[in-house]
Amino acid sequence: GSTLAFVEANGSEISSASLSALNAAKQLGNPVVAVLLGSGSKSAASQLNKVEGLSKILVSEDSQFDHQLPEYIAPAISQLISNNDYSHFVTSATAVGKNVLPRVGALLDVQPVNDIIKVEDPTTFKRPIYAGNAIVTVKSNDAKILLSTRSTAFEAVPLTASESYPVEEFTPTLEKLPVEWVSENLVKSERPELTSAKIVVSGGRGLKSKENFDKYIFPLADALHAGVGATRAAVDAGYVDNSLQVGQTGKVVAPDLYIAVGISGAIQHLAGMKDSKTIVAINKDEEAPIFNVADLGLVGDLFEVVPELTEKVKA
Amino acid sequence: MSTKLNILVPVKRVIDFALKPRINKAGTGIEKTGVKFSINPFCDIAVEEAVRIKEAHKSLVNKIHVVSIGPTKAQDVLRQSLAKGADSSTHIDSGEQEVEPLNVAKILKQVAEKNESNLIILGKQSIDDDSNNTGQMLAGLLNWPQATNAAKVEIKDDEVYVTREIDGGEETVKSKLPLIITTDLRLNEPRFASLPNMMKAKKKPLEKLKLKDFDVDLSARLEVLKVEEPAAREAGIKVGSVDELVAKLKDLKAI
Repeated sequence: GSTLAFVEANGSEISSASLSALNAAKQLGNPVVAVLLGSGSKSAASQLNKVEGLSKILVSEDSQFDHQLPEYIAPAISQLISNNDYSHFVTSATAVGKNVLPRVGALLDVQPVNDIIKVEDPTTFKRPIYAGNAIVTVKSNDAKILLSTRSTAFEAVPLTASESYPVEEFTPTLEKLPVEWVSENLVKSERPELTSAKIVVSGGRGLKSKENFDKYIFPLADALHAGVGATRAAVDAGYVDNSLQVGQTGKVVAPDLYIAVGISGAIQHLAGMKDSKTIVAINKDEEAPIFNVADLGLVGDLFEVVPELTEKVKA
Repeated sequence: MSTKLNILVPVKRVIDFALKPRINKAGTGIEKTGVKFSINPFCDIAVEEAVRIKEAHKSLVNKIHVVSIGPTKAQDVLRQSLAKGADSSTHIDSGEQEVEPLNVAKILKQVAEKNESNLIILGKQSIDDDSNNTGQMLAGLLNWPQATNAAKVEIKDDEVYVTREIDGGEETVKSKLPLIITTDLRLNEPRFASLPNMMKAKKKPLEKLKLKDFDVDLSARLEVLKVEEPAAREAGIKVGSVDELVAKLKDLKAI
């Protein structure tokens, strides 16, 4: 068998999440075939020549794929898998990957293994459950194995090779469904996006007001070129928009540095950030549970500590 | 919209989101005895959205039917959903058996067909298994469009506009019925079920079925080999000043 890997691109630039999914695909040990869908796929395919160890690239430039509608991507992928001897299919667990993979599973009568963090062997994988509070090892007994990968758990494959893989075009049979893409509104913040930021500064109820959140958290984030996060309590209290919520029911982040300001460390918040590489906690309550997961803890009044820290990291 | 809406809302009973789950001694799963359970938060948002659609478009909605697969206690989350405004419900007793998303979707397909559902609203994922599968699978099995991770739902003429959360922002898709919607956190804030409404909900229909009432092969595709704690973080240190903090961060090359 061989492994089919779904690759997402923005124009001709391969997404970093897909580069980490290709790493997982290679760990399965079989030849890896990459598939790209939509207008511009061929130019993105040429970028894949910088990745070592693929066997070939499949493309379909049908414009029906341009907005990543799962109603079209899923049948195209499932047809490829049914008509060839692929033993595995791998996608990154991005918004697109999560939208598509289960639909492919339904079409092929396969239960996917979602959001894996480790390949134990070609049929056995580790994945987080209960928002990362437990790790389950599962063995798939399906004839074909469908996987999505958590991109924080697999390093991106380097773009250092100069291969010339064969590129094959294919034409899936697509049934038109009464769904249409209308528009998109991507956040154009000067700040890094929360889930991909290298540094995240998060605020909790300790900030006490929206004004304080704006006054203390955002300048520190700007000084560090960091993304901004918040606890559910801070969101519920209206300090920030809930798209910034980190936690079990919000976003899961794993930056290199996570600075928790005025955050007590409720379980549901820890679930969203405890895989961060270095955690800093600033809290006036030395008994706060956040200190149990923090690498560096500073017990103090955030309204004094944070402005000082902001000045000193700028220096 | 010319067709009347028959809304189906599948809901799941899970360990309460505020609790830290404990792994059982055998390392085969999560300890479930003596633990508080609640409706999965995303399912609660799905119920709320269905009720809001009904409140905003009274003449358009035929009924809201809620369904749950789970132990007998799952009837509690159905009663709560009825108290919030759902009209009728089905409990499918699965005892202590875990049912994988693919099999859940196969059962729900039969429930949807029986109820002549044309709009199915589900949570984007349940916070126990975190698979984020069932809605997309149900859409695939039914060959319906799917609008996942909804942050906003609007009905205009004969189409449903759904604003979806995607990586880096939002996008809007529109679809005719039938349609599957899965809910994200920002869609709404669920109401509480009042005591009088909980009393009234006891009179609303609750159909009781068992897994064997469905023609679905329930054998698991994924075998759980073990469940373990995530790698523990090494104990950290306390620093005494901002200067010390900045120095340590520089040592770690974190800034």
